[in-house]
Amino acid sequence: MRDLRLAIRAGGGFGLGLAFFLIVVVLVPFGVGPEREVLARIAPGILWVAALLAALLSLDRLFALDWEDGSLPLLATAPLPLEGVALAKAGAHWVTTGLPLTLAAPALGVLLNLPGPAFGPLTLSLALGTPALSAIGAFGAALTVGLRRGGLLLSLLVLPLYVPVLIFGAEAARRAAEGLPYATPVLMLAGLALGSLALMPFAAAVALRVNLR
Amino acid sequence: MSIWEYANPKKFNETTAPLVPWLFGAACLCLVVGLVWGFFGTPDAERFESTVKIIYLHVPSAMMAINAWAMMLVASLIWLIRRHHVSALAARAAAPVGLTMTLIALLTGAIWGQPMWGTWWAWDPRLTSFLILFLFYLGYMALWEAIDDPDTAADLTSVLCMVGSVFAILSRYAVNFWNQGLHQGASLSLDAEENVADVFWVPLLVCIAGFVLLFLALVLMRTRTEIAARRIRALEARARAVEARA
Repeated sequence: MRDLRLAIRAGGGFGLGLAFFLIVVVLVPFGVGPEREVLARIAPGILWVAALLAALLSLDRLFALDWEDGSLPLLATAPLPLEGVALAKAGAHWVTTGLPLTLAAPALGVLLNLPGPAFGPLTLSLALGTPALSAIGAFGAALTVGLRRGGLLLSLLVLPLYVPVLIFGAEAARRAAEGLPYATPVLMLAGLALGSLALMPFAAAVALRVNLR
Repeated sequence: MSIWEYANPKKFNETTAPLVPWLFGAACLCLVVGLVWGFFGTPDAERFESTVKIIYLHVPSAMMAINAWAMMLVASLIWLIRRHHVSALAARAAAPVGLTMTLIALLTGAIWGQPMWGTWWAWDPRLTSFLILFLFYLGYMALWEAIDDPDTAADLTSVLCMVGSVFAILSRYAVNFWNQGLHQGASLSLDAEENVADVFWVPLLVCIAGFVLLFLALVLMRTRTEIAARRIRALEARARAVEARA
């Protein structure tokens, strides 16, 4: 089942999310002006929102390719339960988008003049938060897998679900940027991530079963 | 006799047909009495002047916006567990009503906030969570619209409703953590020391009753429409099948 990751990497989606992340971050200074203080203030939030949108971008391909070529019913009858498939898919999505985003965020933080003490917490919050984004996204992708134009609907369904993750993630980075203690939001974020990873595969599997009926 | 008898569409239709006009009548009566009493029969509150009177719309609609989602959650659970079609259709019927209530609460809040807080909108926890609730309603309705097969749509929206409820509650408290707001605390709780004065309390209760009745009437009426639409679909499908055979 782990060779799914290879399949997704071969699909060409790898890197596109990262490029999108880069472009959004580069566009923001054009929008708000180049003042260093302004950029430093909004940097944690911008990095988080951009990472969230980049993660959203590749979600519709999560189950769609397997749906189109008919391998999804095969996966459903495989010895691994569908919950496991959903978790593996979410893991593959994280490896191809969440992990590179987390690693690239500090570099882009330099571009946005992110304050020095915030680099570590920002990376930490992204590392904790992006698995939750992938797990929640897998549920959204499972809901919309049978639809012809599911992409827009997917973002409408998934983005409200991302709100708590975004709040705690960006709050951790913001507090660190202002030199405040940031343990509480990081812990809340970790809780959210673990909860999503534990429960969302079940919801995703239910949705997949309905769509495969 | 059990409550599940009403899950039969025919029985449901027969029972609710005489109820709907009565519910509408009662809702109108309560709203007219409550609003007229509230607007003209109560004194202006000190510090708030006459702007306080918008609570007769704001509070009941906000309550119903949340309760409509709770009702959808219960109906979704009943659909997932017992597969009663009426239940799924009732959840579908309640969504636009809940959406409208959310919108009324947001708009009246903005109209009140402009003179009182000096701003139409603030990123206050309660306001923000209502905006998020609004987005949840939109997504739920869009998912219903997007899927052709009615049973699939009912299943998927029910799952979305359950997951959405969890995340709506999470967002509510996450937003609290993120920003302390301008909105006053609860002032209608039964156990609180300090509540709204009785002069405002009684007409407000009448208005709340009116909104509950209005919600019930609208949901029952919309559920009946959904049942009729489902029947027309089934009849058309049957006619097509007969034609194909002939």
